[in-house]
Amino acid sequence: MKHDEKHISSYSSLAVVLVILLALTTISVLATGFHLGPFTVVLALVIACTKVFIVLTQFMHLRFENLFLRLAVTGVFVLFALVVIITFVDYYFR
Amino acid sequence: MAVHQIHTEHTDSETGKLGMWIFLFTELFLFGGLFLVYAIFRAKYSAEFHVAAGELNAFIGAMNTVFLLVSSMTVAMALAAMQKGDRLLTLFLLTVTIILAALFILNKYFEWSHKFEFGIYPGSPVLKNMSHGELLFFGLYYMMTGLHALHVLIGMVLLSITIVRVRARRINSTRYLMLENSALYWHLVDLIWIFLFPLLYLIT
Repeated sequence: MKHDEKHISSYSSLAVVLVILLALTTISVLATGFHLGPFTVVLALVIACTKVFIVLTQFMHLRFENLFLRLAVTGVFVLFALVVIITFVDYYFR
Repeated sequence: MAVHQIHTEHTDSETGKLGMWIFLFTELFLFGGLFLVYAIFRAKYSAEFHVAAGELNAFIGAMNTVFLLVSSMTVAMALAAMQKGDRLLTLFLLTVTIILAALFILNKYFEWSHKFEFGIYPGSPVLKNMSHGELLFFGLYYMMTGLHALHVLIGMVLLSITIVRVRARRINSTRYLMLENSALYWHLVDLIWIFLFPLLYLIT
């Protein structure tokens, strides 16, 4: 196992990540004033998913973890997405 | 009989971190289930959810989002500082994280007590006279933010224990699994709020 060289996040890169996350939050808040109709929900969810992805890869360090862990986390999110999709298919087509 | 002894070096931290992640998966589905219930009822009672969500203060919600995002960065920095062997900076950053968490809880206290003043709390007479959809919205609001706030409190306890251990040098630049796992837990609290905030406060 080659984990001898641990990746240590630099302070500046973490700060940049925070700025990006705050910017996305601002966009999310401002977007509610645009009255985009059903797209408001879509936009809010797209921004939230982007933020979650950034937190997982940067803050939670997944970018530098081994393939097994990265696949496991991806798998869990795919599984949850499937649960959501199947539930809504059931709800709308019953 | 040939015995092949394959010697692989499994360190504590590798397995310990994997265990933490598996626990986080269960947490994700705990909140995921609630999100799903919310989504279905929102589709069913969209008009009532719209009215009820208008009662929430988006400004307080946004402020709490900022607190959690900044605290997520400070805890990530605390881990980096420990890995670099900077013990004092780690202690400082962990303290900042806990203060931000306390501010989040304080905000939540004001937000909830404001709702309570208007008689909006689980099982209140005001709530019982509301429409079915509004009742469901506030039920889910208290359940989801309440469960999340409980996680914030648990995170604060975990981070406090981490501080004590860093002070006692039980967590150091070569052994920092507990710091790493507490940080992961704290990021999860942040992740859940990233979804809670737009769903409850913004989409009206």
